[in-house]
Amino acid sequence: MQHDIYMYLLIMSAVTLAIRIIPLTLIRKQIKNRFLRSFLFYVPYVTLAVMTFPAIMEATQTPVSGLMALIAGIALAWYGASLFKVSAACCIVVFLAELILA
Amino acid sequence: MSDRPLPLAKSRRDVFFEGIHDGIPIALGYFVVSFTLGIAARNAGLTPFQGFLASFFNNASAGEYAAFTVIAADAPYLEMAIITLVANARYMLMSCVVSQKFGADTPLIHRVLVGFDITDEIFGITIARKGPLNPFYNYGAMAVALPGWSVGTALGVIAGNLLPLQAVSALSVALFGMFLWVIIPTARDNHIVGGLVLASFIASFACANLPCLMELSAGTRTIILTLVIAGLGAAFFPLKDKEDCSHAA
Repeated sequence: MQHDIYMYLLIMSAVTLAIRIIPLTLIRKQIKNRFLRSFLFYVPYVTLAVMTFPAIMEATQTPVSGLMALIAGIALAWYGASLFKVSAACCIVVFLAELILA
Repeated sequence: MSDRPLPLAKSRRDVFFEGIHDGIPIALGYFVVSFTLGIAARNAGLTPFQGFLASFFNNASAGEYAAFTVIAADAPYLEMAIITLVANARYMLMSCVVSQKFGADTPLIHRVLVGFDITDEIFGITIARKGPLNPFYNYGAMAVALPGWSVGTALGVIAGNLLPLQAVSALSVALFGMFLWVIIPTARDNHIVGGLVLASFIASFACANLPCLMELSAGTRTIILTLVIAGLGAAFFPLKDKEDCSHAA
């Protein structure tokens, strides 16, 4: 470990707070630029999707159980389940899958 | 309360408690999810106190998770700044949207404090609440959501050590469940978002497995794919003028 964890924490916090607070205090009109609006609209979905797959298969003991959790999570979220239910279902699927497959 | 001025005008205290009321389910969900974030923090080498600090000042699932992968990889500080910027870019948009909801005469301090804790969920209830933004509503929600998130993370760092391997393995996907909860409903209703999500899955899988690309760190992969895919989406499928960016919640 060559870098200081507190320095990492300071950088991540400064960036996050700047992102949240600066637009709120400076921008008082609606963003007009269409490309920028569209880009910002798509960013969260793309980022989260990229971070979810295939990482979910690497987080678990066996890739198969992660894949099953992904499918279960997509299915429940698709039908409008709450945050708690989607998260809990993913955990339960992994637990049961690894219990049976191990 | 005998000093209540008008039946229709709510006191700051009432609005604060209204915020607490709406914030409690958020705080409970946060507690569970942040516990697993704490496991990721522990894997990256953070102490419970460091996990608490990270969560108190960031309160961002995807952003913190990405940041912990940077710490785990002992990557350069610049990569930390860039990946935090990219993973949390959506809060910039939400901050723009929330700025529209403030009364013009709102003091700066309220804008700063409300901005401190714009999360997907708090943004959601802020936008859903009728009328101009009342900062005390947000303070109420923050008063329960922030401790739920940051204490949950610290406990995750502590208890992650004590839990059996099977439980850690199971809990570590809770965060991915939260990501899916954010992206899937919009992907279902908006075909362009749906297509971009599918493209992201495929491209991410390809980058993780193709010989020349798999050397990229997970963080760099996230940055590059986000810029390319969201950029292509914005270039070829720009939002219609009427479409409100508040849908990004």
